[in-house]
Amino acid sequence: MSEQLTATSHVETAASAAPENVRPWLRWAGYAVGLVIVLVLPWLIYPPVAMDIMAWGLFAISVDLLLGYTGLLSFGHAAFWGTSAYVTGLIAIESGLPFPVAVLGGALVAMLLAVPTGYLAVRRTGIYFAMVTLAFAQMLYFLANQASSITGGENGLQGIPKSFFGIELVETDSFYFYYAAIPLILLGVVAAWRIVHSPFGRVLLAIRDNPARARALGYDVERYKIVAFVLSAGLAGLAGGVFSVSHGFASLQELIWTTSGKVVLITVLGGIGTLWGGLVGAGVVVLMEDQLASSGFDGIGIITGSIFILIVLAFRAGLWGTARNLILKWRDKRRPHFGDD
Amino acid sequence: MGAFLQYTLQGLAAGGFYALAALGLAVIFGVLGVVNFSHGACYMLGAIVAAVLLDLTGLGFWAALPIIPVLLFGFGILIERLLVRWLLRLDPLYNFLLTFGLTLLLVDLVKRKYGVSSLPYELPAGLEGRLTVGSVSLSSYQLFVAIFSVVVCVAVWMLLTKTRIGMIVRAATEEPERTRALGINVGRWVTPVFGFGIALAGLAGVLAAPFRAITADMGSNFVIILFAVVVIGGLGSILGAVVAGFLVGLVEAYGQGYAGTFSQVLIFVLMAAVILVRPSGLFGREEAA
Repeated sequence: MSEQLTATSHVETAASAAPENVRPWLRWAGYAVGLVIVLVLPWLIYPPVAMDIMAWGLFAISVDLLLGYTGLLSFGHAAFWGTSAYVTGLIAIESGLPFPVAVLGGALVAMLLAVPTGYLAVRRTGIYFAMVTLAFAQMLYFLANQASSITGGENGLQGIPKSFFGIELVETDSFYFYYAAIPLILLGVVAAWRIVHSPFGRVLLAIRDNPARARALGYDVERYKIVAFVLSAGLAGLAGGVFSVSHGFASLQELIWTTSGKVVLITVLGGIGTLWGGLVGAGVVVLMEDQLASSGFDGIGIITGSIFILIVLAFRAGLWGTARNLILKWRDKRRPHFGDD
Repeated sequence: MGAFLQYTLQGLAAGGFYALAALGLAVIFGVLGVVNFSHGACYMLGAIVAAVLLDLTGLGFWAALPIIPVLLFGFGILIERLLVRWLLRLDPLYNFLLTFGLTLLLVDLVKRKYGVSSLPYELPAGLEGRLTVGSVSLSSYQLFVAIFSVVVCVAVWMLLTKTRIGMIVRAATEEPERTRALGINVGRWVTPVFGFGIALAGLAGVLAAPFRAITADMGSNFVIILFAVVVIGGLGSILGAVVAGFLVGLVEAYGQGYAGTFSQVLIFVLMAAVILVRPSGLFGREEAA
């Protein structure tokens, strides 16, 4: 079969190659409001839960970078989140370095791991890409389970310290830890924003919309996809490292296929191709799971599975996407139309 | 040499089982373009229902073998009518995600009802012994599963290539527009094919009941191995699924024999090697980028 030069069918994503039609001041006001929410979050909810929301949010953004902006569904992103969780933990335990250094080390190893995985996975697209990434993540899960002398096997890696330049408040109080760790998450979020709004990001959109045409224009499609995959793995690693330090342990749960599925759920719930939707989706899912767990309900999969089915069937734009569509519709109604009405 | 023969025999026996389980996945993908994540969950349902029926009504293995695929055929029809059909016109990723959600739902429902410990199931009457020839030996049940799986695979292949129904289904897969233009109601065949694929998953579940641990999670890891099988064989290719099933069975058996606990990893190494050499799989057609 030859490649089509016309656009092919795709996942419904809110990210468009057309210039965004939002006033600059409105956009910056939005960013400011978002930042304020992030900074007051541990005042409103239990700080470790706030930390979980931000870590899962960045994790979802890393998936969205591939799904919404490159057109690749990675169903094995737990590989990078989990690898970084373990590596971060090992660095922190063995060296006693401040935790941000350990997290950066974990993210770096996740990126290194993504190079061969990405090289193999980008040879397939669409549904095949999802299956291949899932299989590689499962392989890593087996390896981590077997290499119990390093990973602790079923017990996981326990006692990861929150060393932070000798500041005891951060090391013992989760409220202060949140503020010590949030720059790492924000670094990841800003990096994702920067990638999406760069010439590189425009090429990714072009590849998503029409790979054959991007190739005809002289872009090395496979190389761009690999780079996007590695960058995404780095963001997932950043999130996974913060998560494991925050919890003080890394377990096989971080590598298992349901973790890959959960982050995709968060991404789709937030809205594919919205970037910020990941943070909103993470807020909803993490808070819901926290409520269910504290109420003693042990069938979380029944709820998350049903939500998954519902959003895929009837709510594909996600929370952020739906909100944006409503706002755009409302604005278009207020503006006078010419001609084609 | 004796050990090698033994592993080969075990690998072929396990391979027949993998081939049968992957067959349903390949049939559903071939006709509907759906990668059914819940295939592992349906396999699990097959085994669980067999164990529960045995416990409640005393229904034995030989009765369960035909009954459970029929039950799961009905379940598959229900799933296709209620959920899967609404997304058939969209990107296949949506049905992948839908069936993933369904998997979470089914696994946790079963877990709540029957707990996490394994349900008991005995070897069927007449197949308890072991067969030994020279230095190699195989349990009679393993041999039965292997032969039965091969028979089912051949029967499905005959059904698809030698009968009128198979011809319509294949035509609907390859040229849906033209088949429709020839006056054949393509949509009518979609639902039963999905049910048929699910029934095959259920059949694999019943076969697995006497020799695998019957738990809610038994299909979760299994379906990912099946994905590796169909990626190796070429998604949508029936022959590819069967050949790759045997390959994976052999790799796993040799792995268990020579590499100990890392045998499961070897399956994915095989998948990586196939992707490197033939990205579309051993029997797959080139895909459009």
